[in-house]
Amino acid sequence: MSEATPDEAAAAVARDSYGRLIAYLAARSHDIAAAEDALGDAFAAALKHWPVDGVPDAPEAWLLTTARRRLHDRWRHGQVETGAEETLRIVFSELATVAPETQFPDERLKLMFVCAHPAIDPAARSALMLQTVLGLDAARIASAFLVAPATLAQRLVRAKTKIRAAGIAFEVPREDEWPERLADVLEAIYAAYGTGWDDVAGTDPRTSGLAEEALTLAAMLARLVPDAAEAWGLVALIAFCQSRAAARRNAAGDYVPLAAQDPASWDGELLAVGEASLQKAVALGVPGAFQVEAAIQSAHTQRRLGASVPDGAIVALYDALVALQPTVGARVSRACAVGAADGAEAGLTALAALAAGDVRGYQPYWAALAHLAAAAGDAETARDARARAVGLSTDPAVRRFLAQGAEGGLRK
Amino acid sequence: MEYMLLFYQPTSDFADRADPAKAGDYMAGWMSYVQAVQAAGIVKSGAGLQPPATATTLRVSEGRRRVQDGPFADAKEQLGGFFVIDVPDLDTALTWAARAPCAATGGVEVRPALPPRAV
Repeated sequence: MSEATPDEAAAAVARDSYGRLIAYLAARSHDIAAAEDALGDAFAAALKHWPVDGVPDAPEAWLLTTARRRLHDRWRHGQVETGAEETLRIVFSELATVAPETQFPDERLKLMFVCAHPAIDPAARSALMLQTVLGLDAARIASAFLVAPATLAQRLVRAKTKIRAAGIAFEVPREDEWPERLADVLEAIYAAYGTGWDDVAGTDPRTSGLAEEALTLAAMLARLVPDAAEAWGLVALIAFCQSRAAARRNAAGDYVPLAAQDPASWDGELLAVGEASLQKAVALGVPGAFQVEAAIQSAHTQRRLGASVPDGAIVALYDALVALQPTVGARVSRACAVGAADGAEAGLTALAALAAGDVRGYQPYWAALAHLAAAAGDAETARDARARAVGLSTDPAVRRFLAQGAEGGLRK
Repeated sequence: MEYMLLFYQPTSDFADRADPAKAGDYMAGWMSYVQAVQAAGIVKSGAGLQPPATATTLRVSEGRRRVQDGPFADAKEQLGGFFVIDVPDLDTALTWAARAPCAATGGVEVRPALPPRAV
């Protein structure tokens, strides 16, 4: 840390510890918005003081102490909304007894369960978790959930106010309340992973490290609720996907589709985590969508063992997935699997079953159509679909790949 | 924290109250609930209310009092009573709300009270 410039040091803490700092402050103040404001002030203070005084030995503790002081000041100067006074009084009695000088507990899961409380607007839950625990900005989350940023910002403010005003407890819920809340927590971690995954180039500072953080959170969650099969299913799914994150690009920075990837470039350690987690999940005997998706990923990696990809089995798994959650994404992926197993014509028939309105702006559909139509010898349809897919891709390497009309697998 | 539990009840609940054949069972359910809440030592205040037909609603517009027969909102479920309880958090309040007899027939609204102004 001593070689880092003050700006770099602040950025590193923001990237590695933002969620833990917010969770710690919010678990004590019971006020997420106040915790965010205080931590924001603390980061501003760091950028002012560290260049002059040097970067402290324990930057996290410095930020936490400064943020706590800000919370205290706000309270003393009465800049606190009605309703928060009582909770803030609790905060300061607690903060006085806890001195997190270098170590402080990781309470992110606690905060996620609070965000998933049934008393919170369902449309706000996952977004709230992404913003508070993972530090994603509202614009980024809005694009992940396909809503207007202003609408989302309003929802988030309302949800935070509700948590504070309604006195929702900051604790991990009892086991009988998991079913109600676990699905939202899993969904948010998966959305975080997807947001990190989409940044294939790894150049966006707002999402760098997000995929690894999602895997860490999923693993923490599975250890906390070891009897929840879907929690292990999510660990397995993320581990399998992440094992080939680096294989998606060749040395020249070009996109490499799954079927063309060299199994030797996959991360063996993560693959082992994926297999072990999937086995744990399946042993619990409660099937779910994350487990099925993980099993599909597992089947795709059979190639590393010298076996061919079991196309028929993959179609069967997609059938199970579509039965569990008939999303457009699952159905497009199923069509690709059918194409691989039974030929391009069969894949095209499966694609044709999708409603036009559902797929108009969905890039994977057009990429799949381009691939299957080309394989079936329909060059005109393939060309048009490829043009649509290129227009809907945000990643330059994927655009390049599609524009070349390259052949190969299309799954992410 | 203080929460108000507002007990919303369907017309059939109010009818049971007035029906000699059913009033006994109906009241016995509420009595055991009320006793349990009281015994927990969390009650700040509370009351059961007379049926909605006894309600009078008043509005002042352009300086004039407008008095109307009937409850504020014409809804299928009507307010039948309330408690103000002092418990640590929302989930504890929800647990008490779930035990009310009308949780199964109508519903219970749980609303945090504004804290008393600190001086």
